[in-house]
Amino acid sequence: MATAKKKLVELQPTDIKEELLKKYPPKVARKRAKQILINEALENDTPEITANVRTIPGIITMRGCTYAGCKGVIMGPTRDIVNLVHGPIGCSFYAWLTRRNQTDAGVDGENYMTYCFSTDMQDSDIIFGGEKKLAQAIQEIYDLFHPKAITVFATCPVGLIGDDIHTVARNMKEKLGDCNVFAFSCEGYKGVSQSAGHHIANNQVFTHMVGENDEEKPGKYKINLLGEYNIGGDGFEIDRILEKCGITTISTFSGNSTYDQFASAHTADLNCVMCHRSINYVADMLETKFGIPWIKVNFIGARSSAKSLRKIAEYFGDQELIDRVEAVIAEEMPQVEAVLAEVLPRTQGKTAMLFVGGSRAHHYQDLFTEMGMKTLSAGYEFAHRDDYEGRQVIPNLKVDADSRNIEEIEIEPDSERYKPRKTDAEMQALEARGFKFKEYDGILPDMEAGTLVIDDLNQYEAEKLVELMKPDIFCAGIKEKYSIQKLGIPMKQLHSYDSGGPYAGFRGAINFYKEIDRLVNSKVWGYMKAPWQESPELSATYVWE
Amino acid sequence: MRKVAIYGKGGIGKSTTTQNTVAGLVEMGKKVMVVGCDPKADSTRLLLGGLAQKSVLDTLREEGEDVELNDLRKMGYGGTWCVESGGPEPGVGCAGRGIITSINMLEQLGAYADSEGLDYAFYDVLGDVVCGGFAMPIRDGKAEEIYIVCSGEMMAMYAANNICKGIMKFAQSGNVRLGGLICNSRAVDNEREMIEELARKLGTQMIAFVPRDNDVQRAEINRKTVIEWNPNAKQADAYRTLARAIDENEMFVIPTPLAIEELEQLLLDYGLMEA
Repeated sequence: MATAKKKLVELQPTDIKEELLKKYPPKVARKRAKQILINEALENDTPEITANVRTIPGIITMRGCTYAGCKGVIMGPTRDIVNLVHGPIGCSFYAWLTRRNQTDAGVDGENYMTYCFSTDMQDSDIIFGGEKKLAQAIQEIYDLFHPKAITVFATCPVGLIGDDIHTVARNMKEKLGDCNVFAFSCEGYKGVSQSAGHHIANNQVFTHMVGENDEEKPGKYKINLLGEYNIGGDGFEIDRILEKCGITTISTFSGNSTYDQFASAHTADLNCVMCHRSINYVADMLETKFGIPWIKVNFIGARSSAKSLRKIAEYFGDQELIDRVEAVIAEEMPQVEAVLAEVLPRTQGKTAMLFVGGSRAHHYQDLFTEMGMKTLSAGYEFAHRDDYEGRQVIPNLKVDADSRNIEEIEIEPDSERYKPRKTDAEMQALEARGFKFKEYDGILPDMEAGTLVIDDLNQYEAEKLVELMKPDIFCAGIKEKYSIQKLGIPMKQLHSYDSGGPYAGFRGAINFYKEIDRLVNSKVWGYMKAPWQESPELSATYVWE
Repeated sequence: MRKVAIYGKGGIGKSTTTQNTVAGLVEMGKKVMVVGCDPKADSTRLLLGGLAQKSVLDTLREEGEDVELNDLRKMGYGGTWCVESGGPEPGVGCAGRGIITSINMLEQLGAYADSEGLDYAFYDVLGDVVCGGFAMPIRDGKAEEIYIVCSGEMMAMYAANNICKGIMKFAQSGNVRLGGLICNSRAVDNEREMIEELARKLGTQMIAFVPRDNDVQRAEINRKTVIEWNPNAKQADAYRTLARAIDENEMFVIPTPLAIEELEQLLLDYGLMEA
């Protein structure tokens, strides 16, 4: 048995792809084949993958719904905005604190993230419409908490019965006077994945909050951190580092964020995009309307963090900041290197698989690389082609009915507040030095040749992959957690971090090294089989053998 | 107990036909319950002598789940039980879901129990089968025989054909059958022949031809069925005939809906014929 398994590991990527597709009916196999890509450098070109298309019915997908992307991902991590879910209670309850976003109540003490707000629709609300109940719930929240803003999220039944949540929100905003109320039409069925929800959230946040507060904020180097959700305290660690460097974060979209952060985002001088998939819309809109350029950063991995800090310093081009950043890196790295040196002998040569998010499967490879671990296969749940192949493919993206279903808002430069942060000459000088604005090359160029990149992996393929390639660790989300562990492979959740974190920045890297070392070197997986299964005391053969 | 649902295009006269037919059945000594499945809650007006009925959904909303059968139904002409399912205001909520809820509630409370001694339960359903909720009466064996009210107008026939598609779908998995077409005349040329032909093509029968008569409107102004308002009127006999035909009906079929071209051709063949 053991030898047979070992043989399979030597399978070629093409064999593995074939094996994954074998079980499917021909039509399904044809579709899935386009979403399973063997990473190979073509002539000056990356191979093409199909992404952001509907999951084939019957396949147990890893994806979430549009509501999950809007409420759970983008708006969930904010702290002083009350997120009210208009729908039956389950949609709110099961989206309550499960992503392990952390918040710090700050001096004002306003923190509503730990609450679960829902209109708790009943049968009679479905029949007679839930608008009155929604208005009542908004009033109740206002009376109890007096928050700066209340946001409303549509669940599936709300879209089916046609409750006009936007009108209710507008009327309540007018009535309350000092509370911004707006709504998201983010019914779960609306897109092919949670990605649609990100887009809907981006649009509404930009329309209803960004630019509301023109007050000048103190700080010399002002940035927005986009697409950082403070899971397991990641944002706190990044904040610590940025602060140490003397960089001011005007807003974070949206880990531990406040209403005022969103409202003031247009006063920053640079947008740093972490999760490209979920937040690039806001980055583009901030640039078009207010003239703030954006760059891609990554604070997952110690070296990536250092690289990102240097990139920010280079943008501002101030020697004082450049020196400060170097000093911080020099101060932080020794602890990181020390832990790495300790774990490296045990992690070197191990293998990983990552199927998570729309950026995470890319970012976390940096950490694994630092640990000497190879990523055998990776893919996203809800990314688009640009997250795989790079932003140069955007003009060629096919607009299908599903993407057309999501509103695309027209943004124009603000007549008064549009202000380019750098002169054309300055921008060109930076670009001439190889500094890249508005650029993301995607996951493919960073993965080794011959690795398998799989979009929208599903339960069946996950189990098959594990069986064929036997990685030392598998990273995905809660739905995959136990089925993978049952196969005897350690599983790390990279959505919620299980109970760990932070993994961002320098201290985060240390946490991650230790955690992965613990997981891949655990002896516990050796005890999956009972002793008598491993070596039976009695052995016999059938007479006909 | 026979469970009958009346379908047909909006405004074709389902409620009027249902109540007048029920009055005919009552005269024959039958015990009938009429369940109005229309959010407007006007399916029992003629039997009750006005819109005096509080709907099932309104009652549920105001009194919670703790309701009794007699809170939901009211006795009308000749001892008929009248129920209005009710529903939301136009443009909000989900009327289909409302019908599902109210029929379930009636069942739970035993409105159809043997002890009630019902001979007939009539469902008067709003317009076309637009969604799952409006198909409720023909699902799960709630109604077993369907009559479609139609006329010789194209859209009425089109709707009838569409409803047959719905019946066909549910007939294959349950015991709902089509009992026939009721032609509620609009005095269209060759109407009787055209509907008879449509019925034949659908694999069913035209069970009755109800002539157009202003006595129906006169009775309606008085909030009465024709039979109650003027038992001697000619139109009263038309409804008695329909009631008897339904009571004696033995032809229950799974309909064979027409392709749209076939339907158009039917209209051409009969509509352009010399009257």
